[in-house]
Amino acid sequence: MAGLSGRMSTVFKAKVSKLLDRTEDPGETLEYGYQKQIELLQNVKKGIADVVTSKKRIQMQSQKLEQQVVKLDTQARQALSQGKEELARTALERKTVAQSELQSLDQQVTELESQQAQLTEKEKVMRQKIEAFRTKKEVIKAQYSAAEAQVKISEAASGVGEEMADLGLAMQRAEEKTENMRARASAVDELEQAGAFDDITQLGPGQDDIDRELAELSSGSQVDDELSKMKAELGSGGGESPALEEGRREQQA
Amino acid sequence: MIVRISGEGQFELPDADAERLNELDNEAVAAVEAGEEERFHELWREMLDLVAADGRAIDDDELIESDVILPPRDVSFEEARGEFTGEGLIPD
Repeated sequence: MAGLSGRMSTVFKAKVSKLLDRTEDPGETLEYGYQKQIELLQNVKKGIADVVTSKKRIQMQSQKLEQQVVKLDTQARQALSQGKEELARTALERKTVAQSELQSLDQQVTELESQQAQLTEKEKVMRQKIEAFRTKKEVIKAQYSAAEAQVKISEAASGVGEEMADLGLAMQRAEEKTENMRARASAVDELEQAGAFDDITQLGPGQDDIDRELAELSSGSQVDDELSKMKAELGSGGGESPALEEGRREQQA
Repeated sequence: MIVRISGEGQFELPDADAERLNELDNEAVAAVEAGEEERFHELWREMLDLVAADGRAIDDDELIESDVILPPRDVSFEEARGEFTGEGLIPD
C-alpha cells in the first residue's frame, strides 16, 4: 500500500528491524524486550502521574472559571439594569472568553483520560506478547531444526517488536498531549493574570488594553445576542436590584 | 491480511478487503494533499469501520507481523500531513 498506511508500515518495519538487529540471536530479543518493557513501564507510570497532576490543576482552573462566569453574568445584569450598557458589554465579553477557555480545558481533560486508558491497555497487551514469546521460543526450539527454529523465532520476535514499537508510539503521543495541556494551563494562567476574567467592579483606569483585546477575542455577535436577550429579560422585570442601590448609596457617602 | 490499527491492536481481514482499503488509503492521501480536512477524517473513519466490521481481532498472545499498519484512530490532520517519520508521528 502506497498511502498513509504504507508509509506507516515502512517506518514500523524499519523500527522493528532496528530493535531486532541489536542482537545476533533473535531469542535474545526476549531479554531486550523485557528490559525495554521495564523502561516503557516506568515511562507509562511517570506519564500517568504527569497527566493526573496536570488534570488536577486544570480542574482547579475550571472551577475558578466557572465561578467567574456566574459572577460576570450577574454583573452584566446589574450593569444593564443601571443603564450602563458598555460595562455590561465588557462583562459579557469576559464571560465569553472564560466560557470558551472552559470548553477547551474540558476537552483536553477528556482526551487525556482516553490516552491514559489506552496506555494502560497497551501495556497489558505488551506483557502478554512477551509472555507468549517466551513460551513459543521454547516450543519452537524443541520442534524444529536449529536453522528452522532461527527463522520461526525471528518471525515471532518481529511480532513482539511491532508491539513494542506501537507502545513506544502511544507513549510519545501521550507525552505530547500532556505537554500541550500544560501549555494550555499556562496560557489560561497568563490570561487570568492579565485580568481577562476579572471582576468588572475592579475595573479602573488603565484597563483599556485588556478590554480591547477581549473585545477582539470574544465573538461580537454572541455578546450582542446575549446583551439583547438580557435587555429583554430586564425590560419585563424592570427596576434596579437593592444591592446596587445600596452600593451607590455607599459610593455617595 | 493482518492489519494493525496503531494504538489498538491487530486484526485479520479477508484478502478481498485489501483493494478497498488501498483505495480509501489513497483517497485519504489525496484529501490530505488537497487540504480537505473533513474529507480526510471521513475517509479515515470509513477505513477503521471497514477493519472493525470485517476484521477478527488477533489474540493478545499471538505473535504475528502486520501486513499493513494504520495510523492511530485520533490521528490529526497535521500529523497526516507531516511525514510519518523523524519529527512526525513516529520518533526515531
